[in-house]
Amino acid sequence: MKNYDIIIIGGGPAGLAAAISAYDNGSRDILILEREPVLGGILNQCIHNGFGLTRFKESLTGPEYAYRFVEEVRSRGIEYMCDTTVLEVSTDKQVTAINSTKGVFSLSAKAIILAMGCRERSRGALNIAGARPAGIYSAGTAQKYVNILGQMPGKRVVILGSGDIGLIMARRMTLEGAKVLAVCEIMPHSSGLKRNIVQCLDDYGIPLYLSHTIVKIEGKDRVSGVYIAQVDEKRRPIEGTEKYFECDTVLFSVGLIPENELSKGAGVSLSPATKGPIVYDDRETSVSGIFACGNVLHVHDLVDFVSEEAEIAGVSASNYAMGKGADRRVVSTTCGNNVSYVLPQMLDTNASGMVKLYFRVNKVLPNPTIRLTSNGEDIVVKKKKIAVPGEMESIVLTPAKLQSISGDVVVSVEE
Amino acid sequence: MDRELTCVECPMGCAILVTIRDGEIVSIGGNNCARGKLYAQNEVFTPKRVVTSTVKLEGGGMLPVKTDRPVDKDKIFEVMAVINSLIVAAPVKVGEVVASDVCGANIISAKEVL
Ligand code: SF4
Repeated sequence: MKNYDIIIIGGGPAGLAAAISAYDNGSRDILILEREPVLGGILNQCIHNGFGLTRFKESLTGPEYAYRFVEEVRSRGIEYMCDTTVLEVSTDKQVTAINSTKGVFSLSAKAIILAMGCRERSRGALNIAGARPAGIYSAGTAQKYVNILGQMPGKRVVILGSGDIGLIMARRMTLEGAKVLAVCEIMPHSSGLKRNIVQCLDDYGIPLYLSHTIVKIEGKDRVSGVYIAQVDEKRRPIEGTEKYFECDTVLFSVGLIPENELSKGAGVSLSPATKGPIVYDDRETSVSGIFACGNVLHVHDLVDFVSEEAEIAGVSASNYAMGKGADRRVVSTTCGNNVSYVLPQMLDTNASGMVKLYFRVNKVLPNPTIRLTSNGEDIVVKKKKIAVPGEMESIVLTPAKLQSISGDVVVSVEE
Repeated sequence: MDRELTCVECPMGCAILVTIRDGEIVSIGGNNCARGKLYAQNEVFTPKRVVTSTVKLEGGGMLPVKTDRPVDKDKIFEVMAVINSLIVAAPVKVGEVVASDVCGANIISAKEVL
């Protein structure tokens, strides 16, 4: 069985950035395994712009952002295998994969980086009355049809969920000549970025129905229309508020969920809050030598942050493979008031560099005070103009701050 | 008349307040950076957007493209009509112009096809 220092599962933005940083940390024996025919992951179908502003100070499209990293991987001569699906990762870091030239084959590694990304939630599609005619897609599937295959899924569209991909697809399908009749969001606030409401919906006069959901899909072979209705505070449809839209297509954009089938098989502990692995600040999981980064860990708003996180994992995996172990003094991080998750879940207070804690709030909070405490003592306190669930927040801890932490830390946000 | 805008230049989505007196901007506030100021100035009088789309590749497949600068918002569908009439032959580099001077911008490739 062929052995590598580092095997990276997934050649999207996380896998690419991890590979580059591992290489630049001194590792040479690296392999990237990618399921699709080309590197770049989901960025290849995200043809809209707005990527890379944090990292490159310019607004790139998804393919352009991916290209920069693919070039870096190629110029370093890092090995990669496309069209290759990983079937299993074991606790002792063996990888079983399949492709059409090699069939099923096994590899082993000193360190593994999980970078499989996320998939779209389908939950919203399940509990709607009516048959299941053709014309119902997830927003990401529709995006692949339009941007990669050059095929329009339909002409008159209703979108359920205001996730960013749904908003982006509302504009995309409008530009290609479709009529987007409505975007329904069951919550009283949008789950997508404000800028996407403005530039994808408002720019084209597409109505956003907040506190609304689809209650019935009509059509036998193909969708012929949908009923939407307003919902009450408990998200139950209110009788008498139904509206009918004649349409041939329904898109779902109800959120993303980390893709962790392989992680579970490897015995990696997952967090119920993030649905991704529980990690230390260096992105090592509960299994020694298995690291994780990007959307497999938690769903990021910006690819720039995915790259940043992947670089941490790349360096850590590289150090691990070279036998440079960390002597950790670990505390756990927990959610205080109004916080839905904190990542990393385990913090090494002996860490020698800056550590960034990411977290999300669970409701809209104007003028919030963000507080990180340990044993009731304030470690960091900062104020903000607004905190919303759709936007990840962060706290940076310097080595000095880390040293001053005496026990488990709590992150809370108060109005 | 004042205008409350959401800057779309980056995912921060700053809320910008533009104060307008007698048809002229007297102040712009709330933006976090110079990009946002420029956006607000344009947005009040001539809103502009970068258009991103795809064109057909000769022999099959799609090539992602974008305008190399923002175009007037009311010209977006004119730009789309040009984009949808194009067929591009490989090889093409990232940043290569595939159609020039379309409503004041060039259409450039966002992907390398060998
Ligand atoms: S003002 Fe600057 S920071 Fe704020 S959204 Fe616009 S570009 Fe981003």
